[in-house]
Amino acid sequence: MISKTTMFRLLLIAVTVAVADLTAVVAFASGLSDPHIQWPSAEELIRVISFQDYNTRVVIIGTTLLGLAAGLIGTFLLLRKRALLSDAISHATLPGIALAFILMTLTLGDGKILLGLIAGATIFSVLGTASVLFIQKQTRLKDDAALGIVLSVYFGLGIALMGMATRMEAGNAAGLSSFIYGKTASMLFFDALLIALVALIAIVFCISFFKEFALICFDAEFGASQGWPVNRLDFLMMTIVVVVTVIGLQAVGLILVVALLIIPAAAARFWTFSLRHMLWLSGLFGALSGMLGSGISALMANLPAGAVIVLTASVLFIFSMVFGSARGVVRLVFERLKLRRRILQENLLRDLYEWHESMADTVVNETLAVNLEWIGPRLADLLTQRSWSPRRLNRTIQRLIRNDRLVADGDNRLHFTEKGMRIAKEVVRKHRLWEAYLIAHADVATGTVDLSADRIEHILDEDIIRQLEDLFPSVSPRDLPRSPHKINIAEGTV
Amino acid sequence: MEWTFLDTWIVVVGMLSAMACALLGNYLVLRRMSMMGDAISHAVLPGLAIAFLVSGSRDSLPMLIGAILIGVLTTLFIQGIDRLSGLDRGASMGVVFTTLFALGLILIRQAADHVDLDPSCVLYGAIELTPLDTYLWLDWEIPRAAVTTAVMLLINIIFVITFFKELKITSFDPALATTIGINANVMQYVLMTLVAATTIAAFESVGSILVIAMLIVPGAAAHLLTDRLAPMLLISLLFAGTSAFLGHLSAITVPTWFGFQDTSTAGMMAVMAGVLFCVVILFAPRYGLLSRYANQLRLGIKIVRDDILGFLYRYQELATAEAVPVKTSQVRTALKAGLSVDISLWDLERKKMVRKKDDQLTLTPAGLETGRNLIRSHRLWETYLCNQMGYCGTNVHRYAHQLEHFTDANMQNRLGQVTGQPVLDPHEREIPKA
Repeated sequence: MISKTTMFRLLLIAVTVAVADLTAVVAFASGLSDPHIQWPSAEELIRVISFQDYNTRVVIIGTTLLGLAAGLIGTFLLLRKRALLSDAISHATLPGIALAFILMTLTLGDGKILLGLIAGATIFSVLGTASVLFIQKQTRLKDDAALGIVLSVYFGLGIALMGMATRMEAGNAAGLSSFIYGKTASMLFFDALLIALVALIAIVFCISFFKEFALICFDAEFGASQGWPVNRLDFLMMTIVVVVTVIGLQAVGLILVVALLIIPAAAARFWTFSLRHMLWLSGLFGALSGMLGSGISALMANLPAGAVIVLTASVLFIFSMVFGSARGVVRLVFERLKLRRRILQENLLRDLYEWHESMADTVVNETLAVNLEWIGPRLADLLTQRSWSPRRLNRTIQRLIRNDRLVADGDNRLHFTEKGMRIAKEVVRKHRLWEAYLIAHADVATGTVDLSADRIEHILDEDIIRQLEDLFPSVSPRDLPRSPHKINIAEGTV
Repeated sequence: MEWTFLDTWIVVVGMLSAMACALLGNYLVLRRMSMMGDAISHAVLPGLAIAFLVSGSRDSLPMLIGAILIGVLTTLFIQGIDRLSGLDRGASMGVVFTTLFALGLILIRQAADHVDLDPSCVLYGAIELTPLDTYLWLDWEIPRAAVTTAVMLLINIIFVITFFKELKITSFDPALATTIGINANVMQYVLMTLVAATTIAAFESVGSILVIAMLIVPGAAAHLLTDRLAPMLLISLLFAGTSAFLGHLSAITVPTWFGFQDTSTAGMMAVMAGVLFCVVILFAPRYGLLSRYANQLRLGIKIVRDDILGFLYRYQELATAEAVPVKTSQVRTALKAGLSVDISLWDLERKKMVRKKDDQLTLTPAGLETGRNLIRSHRLWETYLCNQMGYCGTNVHRYAHQLEHFTDANMQNRLGQVTGQPVLDPHEREIPKA
């Protein structure tokens, strides 16, 4: 499954992120200099952190498991490009809750039986999903409109039914709005237990159907052709989404439960290219958000729990987006910088090679590499070659010297080292191969071919080089033919 | 239930805000950005809260500034995450709007002491209370909300009329827009900003969820009813106004049928929009389900009609002098169909192509002609499929049988030419002359 080092790395990421996260959320909360926030006393802090309070312990375990389940199934939902479907599903639960409340109040006298409310929510979320699919398939409207219509009309119906429920004489509908915003802090033991249990089942399903879900995420048609029951698997996946959404209502509320499904998975994607790792990381992020979020809201009673859980996940997301090791912004910028540096170095090496070549007036051979009799160019000579600033040119030269590609003699003239020569030759060969290709097959004029090849020579990979070699055997690694066009290096510079 | 001037004002405010939203919503639907309306109307929450926290009041100006800022920011964030992460649009929206909404909830909780603001009020509004907060204008008491939403509607109308061409071209073909010098990006930001401003103007009266309903449902319904932009805009306005009116009407009547007093007007407006949308889905003249089924049915009957004529013609072709005419039951058995045969036969009799006497069917001269024509098409197709395409096996009859129903005179002529006016088909049967 997962190697030890990967596990260790994931844990390290998790711990770092958790610390950063906690600091950020607390800093944000303390930034609001408001008497409304009651800071916990040291005793309370210890009580929550050490899980002494039985109720808090159950609530935190419940939301952690919920976050884990949401993170796992959210990964598949995200990859299936159905992230916002969960938004429509969660909004569609409201009429179910209100209707269940009204019916139970009228028949049983007590409208707030949790299982009944959950049943109502589930039925309507299934109806909502069916409506989305119906509008998508049967009309010319696209999926975005279908989602928006279902989401708003079902929610409107929910509000209308809630309006009726609150005006009922029998029964007390006061607690129903907790389904909209969540009520983690005041969750009852039984609620938390139910969440934990259902989440656990969802987690088991996600893990045991990993291969099947991965298949329908990436290539459902291939799966169908291989005889997998794709439709049934899809149904199972959506069922888990519905179940996690419905139990999540209580914890974070129906508007924000979609965040638990989307954000951890989206955050995990910045760290890895492997689905398996993404799944684990997403689960981890979800669990962390649930744990830290409900922990923080248990400490500070005035912060709405659902919002804190979601913000915790958002901080994780921002952190991942910036520092993610696979797609993070820092890495992206760094890689772009690295590529630019390599291009500069390769360009300079090619310039120097062509300089030597024009000096030698013959085919450059291996021995030239360390032949110091040749007069290398000076900085000033090179400056006229490319429109580089002196600073940039100087830096590139320094870097090449540091990396043992070039040496400078007492006269400040530059010479190749053996290694430098080899690399320079390689670069020039790539350039000439590509030039030959452009001239022969793309009808590029000899006069402009240098520029066109310049753009692409740096990113040609081994495979293409090999194909080009087959096409143009005369451009061999040992003896490079002369450039197909005039190189205006030597003139005026010596 | 009595209709008072309060109800009139509620309906007026509802209609104005619904129409203001619907007008812009058309473009969201056309650009496949409906969920952007959802995202923005959730995301305005922190903008509102910050405006309240900073100004300490519920004045329109700070709110408007907050809304515009949030509109631009939400669009920027979503686009940024979209580009950086390679996630799909929906996921980027989901990340941004839930985060902003959560932030808004916390901020509102903090602001609750200073200003009277409740997240529920943002979500489902308080349209029932709008007539009470009035504004004196030339001795008339006009609800403040009516003034705000009317101004917003006016701004949106002016925007849509002024930039009609630009909006149209950027919605349908952004690339073309760019080549003729219209900046599609700028149009998008302006549109999003206006959506945010409209959301703010309407949220107080109808709440953000109804804003989503009114942004998307009228435009979607109008899209099913017409293919032209200008009629689509007008239809969506009519749709929005009607659902607002019916919404309030049903909010105070429908619950009484079940023994309840009344319910949320905003909620019922969304529900009525949904009900009207269902009606449109069913009965839309071109894209509606019923018209589609009717077309399919008509086509089905036509095919059965053709098949009956073909069957009778073939029977007559093979029949000897003493053969008895065909019975209805024989046609049913041959075509393996029941009710559709009866309907088609009734239709054929009405068209005077088949004569029915004592349950015996004979072709009239007109029917004979049509049947002959059909069989000619069928056998020409068989010849074509066999000679030109190499389909000579068992399938050839099946393909020809499908194609014969869609072959008009021109096509038949051409087929005759291409196959060299054959006399016999691959099964050695005679091809009737044209």
